[in-house]
Amino acid sequence: MTYLLEVDHLRKHYGSLKAVDDVSFAIRPGICFGLLGPNGAGKTTTIEIIEGITAPTSGEIRYRGKPRDKSFAERCGIQFQATALQDFLTVREVLTLFANFYQHPLAIDELIDWCELGEFSDREANKLSGGQKQRLLLALALINDPEIVFLDEPTTGLDPQSRRHFWDLISAIKARGKTIVLTTHYMDEAELLCDELVIMDHGRIIDQGSPRQLLDKHLPHKRVCIAHPGNGFDASLLVGEVVAGEDELEIITISVEQTLQELMAQRADLSTLRVRNPTLEDLFIKLTGHLLRD
Amino acid sequence: MKQFLAILVARNKEYYRDKGSVAWAFLFPLLVIVACALAFSNPDTSVFRVGLHGDFSTGPASALLDQPYIKTVSFDRLDKALERTQHHQLDLLLSSDGGNRYWINTESSASAAVEQLLLGTTADFVRQEISGRKIRYVDWVIPGVLGMNLMFGALFGVGYVIVRYRHNGVLKRLQATPVTALQFLSAQMVSRLLIVVAVNGLIFAGCALFLDLIVLGNYINLLLITLAGALAMIALGLLIASRTANEELAGGLLNVTTWPMLFMSEVWFSLDDAPAWMQSLSNLMPLTHIVKAFRAVMIEGASLVDVSHHLLWLALMTATSLGLAALLFRWHKK
Repeated sequence: MTYLLEVDHLRKHYGSLKAVDDVSFAIRPGICFGLLGPNGAGKTTTIEIIEGITAPTSGEIRYRGKPRDKSFAERCGIQFQATALQDFLTVREVLTLFANFYQHPLAIDELIDWCELGEFSDREANKLSGGQKQRLLLALALINDPEIVFLDEPTTGLDPQSRRHFWDLISAIKARGKTIVLTTHYMDEAELLCDELVIMDHGRIIDQGSPRQLLDKHLPHKRVCIAHPGNGFDASLLVGEVVAGEDELEIITISVEQTLQELMAQRADLSTLRVRNPTLEDLFIKLTGHLLRD
Repeated sequence: MKQFLAILVARNKEYYRDKGSVAWAFLFPLLVIVACALAFSNPDTSVFRVGLHGDFSTGPASALLDQPYIKTVSFDRLDKALERTQHHQLDLLLSSDGGNRYWINTESSASAAVEQLLLGTTADFVRQEISGRKIRYVDWVIPGVLGMNLMFGALFGVGYVIVRYRHNGVLKRLQATPVTALQFLSAQMVSRLLIVVAVNGLIFAGCALFLDLIVLGNYINLLLITLAGALAMIALGLLIASRTANEELAGGLLNVTTWPMLFMSEVWFSLDDAPAWMQSLSNLMPLTHIVKAFRAVMIEGASLVDVSHHLLWLALMTATSLGLAALLFRWHKK
């Protein structure tokens, strides 16, 4: 298989601190690849090394099978976690400035349309709201029509509506065939957008795969919740671990079908039944023993 | 080139849209000049200043020199004393060197008055004449103010802006593009050069118009000194801003650089009578060379050759600072 980007045994040490500790992964073209982990896990350091902003202590990075050269800056688009722009420039002027840095920039009006900047294209860039600013920074990341786009926690600090809006934009970028590398500490974001991901903690990769593969591998059990007592069935007859809550039972099972058949056989009232699938949050707690936002 | 021009245009827009800074850039030097003009416009005319070259504590003139309305200043060198007489800083000059002689400035009424007082006391002195337009303090200080303005505009304009860019991540964002450090820094240099030359030009024009400034030398020479001085100061600013992302540290470094120059580069007063070590120190400072070159051209009518040693020193400082800045430059904070 040909990979667009390969990262081999990457390390970045600051004195005794191992910010990135022997990280390896490979990214296929056209997918959204996620780096998931809590703050301080080494996600940002990892992608800033790939972007060429930070020098690694050791390790190798190949783009299209070769070490990155000067042309890499023309081929990749970057959105940093926090970026200030020059003062007193309007959105359109900032776009024009950055367009001039590249050999083959996209048309400014096309970008304004694409990232929905039209409403405020003549406003001063440093006076935009959080969501508007992130959309402008995304437009700057796309301005050279890049093959690969790095987005470092692009929705951190945004309100729920702006986040959803941003997710739509990311999906649209993917639909144009671009490869996306996304860091996030939001599970829902990773689950919704990423085709493949690596889970990082303390500078190391804990596991990698698609969200579904990872969940099936580590958390094969589903949780079936149903109101109890007063529901006319005997919980001790059910297969699987049963956890009794205040007014609800939680049945932890490999097979939801089997549990349902057992409940129906006992003529239980199924109107309160819910099936809860494990989330990446659960997976993360299982793998690291702590919460993602700790 | 496209990248360079884009950054240049953006930086210039950023500058002139910052109304507060622009207003201050013009207002500050004008306030200083107006203050100088007001403070020194009415010197005490009840006293005559007499320069002495030689010993006159006894002899025929001593009766006059003891009068309360006479203030005497002693000189070791006749040429310095003559220069002061020519610029109306002395009303009368007495010299015992090669026989008793006295000089008056034929364009000064105070000279004519004190000459009558001398002739009423003794006839032992031979009359000599010198002429020259009055050099007011304001004529002397404006080259200094122009140099000071160049220094502040260049050092803070370049140094502070780059440190702010590094602190808030603008530089990091540029690093992620194909723009090179050379393109970025040269655009900053040229932008600031255009700004300080324009601001200084306007201040100069304003002074020439409203203060009847004495400019004996060539305007092109003044422009060349401005360019050389601005480049030296901008390069020094780049050096100071080459690494740090800490705005307070940068502010401190800039102040530590500018304040000694403000007082030891002859902006406000001459160091002719200062100790030798201070003069040597002063000669290391770029502002000293800017101010002396400006002053030489403006009030002495010096040619480019006369001030070439100043220009050479400024060029040397520019090259050294730029080389070091390029070696030390860092895009983003650690």
